[in-house]
Amino acid sequence: MTKEKQKKKTAEKQMPCAPDAARVTSKEALSMLKSGDLLDLGLTADNIRKQLHPEKVVTFVVDRNINYTNVCVNKCTFCAFWRDKDAQDAYTLDRDTLFAKIEETLGLGGTQILIQGGLHPGLDLDYYVDLLRSIKERFEINIHGFSPPEICYIADSADLTLRETLQILRQAGLDSVPGGGAEILSDRVREVLSPRKIKSSRWLKVMETAHLLGMRTTATMMFGSIEGPEDIITHLEAIRELQDRTGGFTAFIPWSFQPGNTELNAEAQKRKSAKGTRKPSTLQPATAVEYLKVLALSRIYLDNVANIQASWVTQGLKLAQVALRFGANDFGSTMIEENVVASTGVSFRTSKHEIINAIRAAGFIPAQRDTYYNILRRWET
Amino acid sequence: MLAKIRNKVLLGKRITESEALNLFKSDDIFSLASIASHIAEKKNGRKAYFVRNRHINPTNICVNRCRFCAFSRSKGQEGAYELTLEEIIKKLRITHHASRITEVHIVGGLHPDWPFTYYLELVSAIKKEFPKLHIKAFTAVEIDYFSKISGLSIEETLNTLKRCGLGSIPGGGAEIFAPAVRNKLCPEKISGQRWLDVMASAHKVGLRTNATMLYGHIESYKDRVDHLMKLRRLQDKTGGFQAFIPLAYHPKNTEIKGSYTSGLDDLRTIAVSRLYLDNFDHIKAYWVMLGEKISQLALKFGADDIDGTIIEEKITHSAGGLTGGKLTAEQLSDMIKKAGRIPVERDSFYRKIRRAE
Repeated sequence: MTKEKQKKKTAEKQMPCAPDAARVTSKEALSMLKSGDLLDLGLTADNIRKQLHPEKVVTFVVDRNINYTNVCVNKCTFCAFWRDKDAQDAYTLDRDTLFAKIEETLGLGGTQILIQGGLHPGLDLDYYVDLLRSIKERFEINIHGFSPPEICYIADSADLTLRETLQILRQAGLDSVPGGGAEILSDRVREVLSPRKIKSSRWLKVMETAHLLGMRTTATMMFGSIEGPEDIITHLEAIRELQDRTGGFTAFIPWSFQPGNTELNAEAQKRKSAKGTRKPSTLQPATAVEYLKVLALSRIYLDNVANIQASWVTQGLKLAQVALRFGANDFGSTMIEENVVASTGVSFRTSKHEIINAIRAAGFIPAQRDTYYNILRRWET
Repeated sequence: MLAKIRNKVLLGKRITESEALNLFKSDDIFSLASIASHIAEKKNGRKAYFVRNRHINPTNICVNRCRFCAFSRSKGQEGAYELTLEEIIKKLRITHHASRITEVHIVGGLHPDWPFTYYLELVSAIKKEFPKLHIKAFTAVEIDYFSKISGLSIEETLNTLKRCGLGSIPGGGAEIFAPAVRNKLCPEKISGQRWLDVMASAHKVGLRTNATMLYGHIESYKDRVDHLMKLRRLQDKTGGFQAFIPLAYHPKNTEIKGSYTSGLDDLRTIAVSRLYLDNFDHIKAYWVMLGEKISQLALKFGADDIDGTIIEEKITHSAGGLTGGKLTAEQLSDMIKKAGRIPVERDSFYRKIRRAE
């Protein structure tokens, strides 16, 4: 089967159930999030997961995050990764380093690289085209790259439409688009979290354009910062609505804001110490109960998205195992390298071996997948 | 299968060992959680407890060589340490004021040279300096050792410590009672039966104790049920146990191969303990061993206590502890609230502490 055909076939397979009248409304979802019991939501989500993935298989992808630069003009308040162009520890990876990382990834059985970086004012469309071409010339590997804020930045700098930009990048070798930069798709929240980052509608436009060009993408949501339950529902609504039209999302990945080393947290600290309260002086990361609730709700509400990922990088392996009974069917990536979450001081490191063991210990059959959720290898017990 | 057990439990009937075994094997974690929560609520309402406490480990020098332990050292070995009375008092003085602790938890290695009088002086000195501080100290294993080095009976040993100010006894050293497993895990350590005998004596002289179980290493579910059965039986006789604390095995730096327990196994163990140990008032999800996240979830699976501020933790962290060493009272209270329960700061006997804020 050619790669194109394979992707198409997977796309068809991944429309689990056609939207129907019985789907959960946003109003219902909001009330579940606000006052639903965690265990009730978990049980419902677990049953849906069993219907969609009856084989008790939990998948993961072997890949590496390659962050080509940390220079970024957006400077989002929740991010601890960005640097100014002149900062001492600002960097842009050179090609040799990049190729060495890819070679190592392939050596470890990797099938994908996730290339993401800051919005670097000195890099133009040619840089990205060359980057993609040079990788494809040398390696057979899926390039999952450039979240919507990057795509928009590249398009704007080159004065091209999103469609033109994505077409050019695709021709140069871009295979699929990661769902980062969605944060919370509610402009009220984005105004505070990431005032310079693209607005919700533009994020969705990039995804829609990519889907219409035949590219698959994921969708993420970062919650647990300053949003309210309504904002989470707004986000889920936007994803479900777009998915109804395009079917291009392979997976939904909710994760929680990690406050370490971020401006958002520093500001919270200042405000609280000014008031002189006894409350914890920093923003508290979402607790396990909150994480599982959002995860389960995502599984329940997003009836048209086939896969829900557990985020062991932000939650740790133990909670990720529990997440497999609260709606998740995928363990995400083995993350041979991860820099962005690690810069907040949260660093759950693990290996492929540990991921396989963790999935098995949770009572599931571990399986390595590719970007399109085709299973490459299973580890039967 | 769970429906039958549910009915039994709801009627207030005891579940059998074979039913407990089936619960360990059950995949239906949601039913387990709901029955266990029902029982927890019946016993403690919507309350979940935490304590302002501090751990002190006077020494890591130990004559035993338990295979699962990454804390112990031999005398003279690199990393071996001994705290003096002054050092311990100093640690407590700082914490006492800064964190307003109400309890000190003291456990340590079986030191080859320290006499029983060292421990008596330790307890007396703490009591003298901090008369209101509750001293929860010395596992059954240490009590047995003190009796050997002092030549006193177990009861005399306990009474002497009690006179000096000992308030209660922690539940450590139980590990797994089943002899076949215990001999592989910790051949030098007192037997399971001896551990139970020491606890029975403590209850007899009026000292409340806790009970633990170390799981997730080489034991089977059957061994876990056997362990719980022996605890339930003794509790029927004495009623002296306050809390049961399942302890998840940590694999780093130990001689037993293995991995971390799964989050699901941790939660299931909490729930089965809550259901089987119907004569225990409290099930504790010790956050240092389970991690904050699983510990919070355990409140949905039958636990009603998450331990306390700890301040400094050495034993779990020697074996690859996954958490930081301390949480503030505010953080503990917040975790409990976000699990939908009412946080209650407790004293060492589960009485609510009232503070003027």
